[in-house]
Amino acid sequence: MSEPIIRFDKVVKRFGALTVLDRLDFTVQPGEKVSIIGPSGSGKSTVLRILMTLEPIQEGTIWVDGHPLWHEERDGRLVPASEAHLREMRKLLGMVFQQFNLFPHMTVLRNITEAPIAVLGMSKQEARERAMELLELVGLADQADKFPHQLSGGQQQRVGIARALAMRPKIMLFDEPTSALDPELVGEVLTVIGKLAHEHDLTMLLVTHEMRFAREVSDRVCFFDQGRMVEEGPPDQLFTEPREARTREFLKAVLAPQE
Amino acid sequence: MLFGYEWVTGQGDLAFAASILPMLLLGLVVTIQATVAGFFIAVILGLIFAALRQSRFRVVRYVTGFVVEFLRDTPLLVQLFFLYYVLPEFGIVLPAFMTGALALGVQYSAYTSQVYRAGIEAVPPGQREAARALDLTERRTFTHVILPQAIPRIIPALGNYAVSIMKDVPILSVVTVLEVLNVAKIIGDQTFNYLVPFTMVGALYLVLTLIASYLVRLLDRALPKTGLPLR
Repeated sequence: MSEPIIRFDKVVKRFGALTVLDRLDFTVQPGEKVSIIGPSGSGKSTVLRILMTLEPIQEGTIWVDGHPLWHEERDGRLVPASEAHLREMRKLLGMVFQQFNLFPHMTVLRNITEAPIAVLGMSKQEARERAMELLELVGLADQADKFPHQLSGGQQQRVGIARALAMRPKIMLFDEPTSALDPELVGEVLTVIGKLAHEHDLTMLLVTHEMRFAREVSDRVCFFDQGRMVEEGPPDQLFTEPREARTREFLKAVLAPQE
Repeated sequence: MLFGYEWVTGQGDLAFAASILPMLLLGLVVTIQATVAGFFIAVILGLIFAALRQSRFRVVRYVTGFVVEFLRDTPLLVQLFFLYYVLPEFGIVLPAFMTGALALGVQYSAYTSQVYRAGIEAVPPGQREAARALDLTERRTFTHVILPQAIPRIIPALGNYAVSIMKDVPILSVVTVLEVLNVAKIIGDQTFNYLVPFTMVGALYLVLTLIASYLVRLLDRALPKTGLPLR
C-alpha cells in the first residue's frame, strides 16, 4: 500500500470537559472514498472540521499528504503550526457544509471564483471559465448569475460542491451534505457526489446518514461512537455482517424504518 | 433684532410667527450642522472603538471597554461641560460649536461602536468557516464576506442614532451654540413671548424628525438583506 494521504495518530479533541475524540488512529489512502457513519455526538463531523482546520486538536498528530497538519517541523521537532503553515495545508482540502454556507451576497459564479482569484491568484477570465466547467459538472451552468437565495437547497449544495472543487483540492470533505435538504432534493446532490466518486481520483471523506448511498459509493465505511472508531471495513461487510455489537445496534436502529 | 431680521409684535401671533421664522430657520441650519458634525465624529470614533475591542491585546480590549462604558454611562451634559470648561484650563480652546459637536460625537461613538459590533456578530459563523475552508485571508474575509453582509444591518441602526443626535443638539445651547432652541429662547427673552417661538421649535423638530425617520426607513428597505451584492 502507498503512503496514506491522511493519518491520525492518537488524536485527542476535547470541548471543555467533554472528550470528542479519544486517542483516534485513522488513515485514508490517496483516492480512497471513505464514509463515516455513527450516532450524533459520536465525533464524526469533528474529524472533518479538524482536517479543515476549523477546530484545533489537543493531543496527537495529524499527517496530510506527508506533512503534519496542526504542527510544523522545526529542528527535527514538531511545534504548533503557524497561520502560514495552516494556509498552505488548507490548499489540499475542500469542504462541503451541511448548511451550504454559500456567500449570500455573491452570485453563484462569484461564489466559485472568489477564492481562486483571491487565493490562487487566478486571472478573472481563467477563474470564470473554470467555474463554468464546474457548474456544468454539477448541472447548474444556467444559474451562474443568480444569487443563492434564488436557488433550491439542492441547487445551493451543488454550488457548494463546485465552490470547493474550484480550489483543486486533493481531498474533499463532505459534512452531512444532504442533512439540511428536503427529501426530494437529496437525490440530485447524491448524484453529483456519486459522479465525483466514480470519475475522479479525489480522496473523499463523507459524513452521512444516507446508508444506502454510503454503501454504494465508498471503498470503506467507518462506524464512530463516543469519540472512538468502533469498526471499519468494506461497505458490504460492515452493513451485512458487522463484527461489533454496537455497530449492529446502530445499523438496526437506522435501517429498520426503511424496511 | 436677530441675524438682521426684525420681529413684528402687536399685530397678532401669526404675524409674529411669520417674522421670526427666518431666524428660527437659521438656528435650524446650525442644528443640522451640529447633527452632521456630531454624527460624523460618532461614526468614525465608533468604528475605531469597535476595532480596538477586537484587538488581540487584552489590555487594549479592556481599556477600550472601560472608556466606552464610561462614555455611555455619563450624561451628555457632564461631558459637554467638561470639554467646554475643563479643556481650556489645559490650553485647549475650541469654538462652542466644535466643542458641542465633539461632545455629541464622543457620547454617541459609544453607541455606534455597539452597532458595528452587533452588525458583525450577526453574520452567521458558517460564513467565516466557509471563508477559512476556501483559504481566504482574514482581511479578505472581513472586507469581502463579513462587511458586505454586516453593512445592511449597520446603516439603518446608525441612521436611528443620527435622529437621536439631532434631538440632543438643544443641549448645546447651554454652551452658547446658536442652534434652534437657543434662538427661540433669545427671541422669547427679548419679546416676552415664549409660547410662539417654543411651539415653533417643537413643530420644526417634529417635521425634521419625521422626515429623517422616513429616510432611514427608505434606506433600510433599499438595502439588500442578503448583503451588498458582489458579482
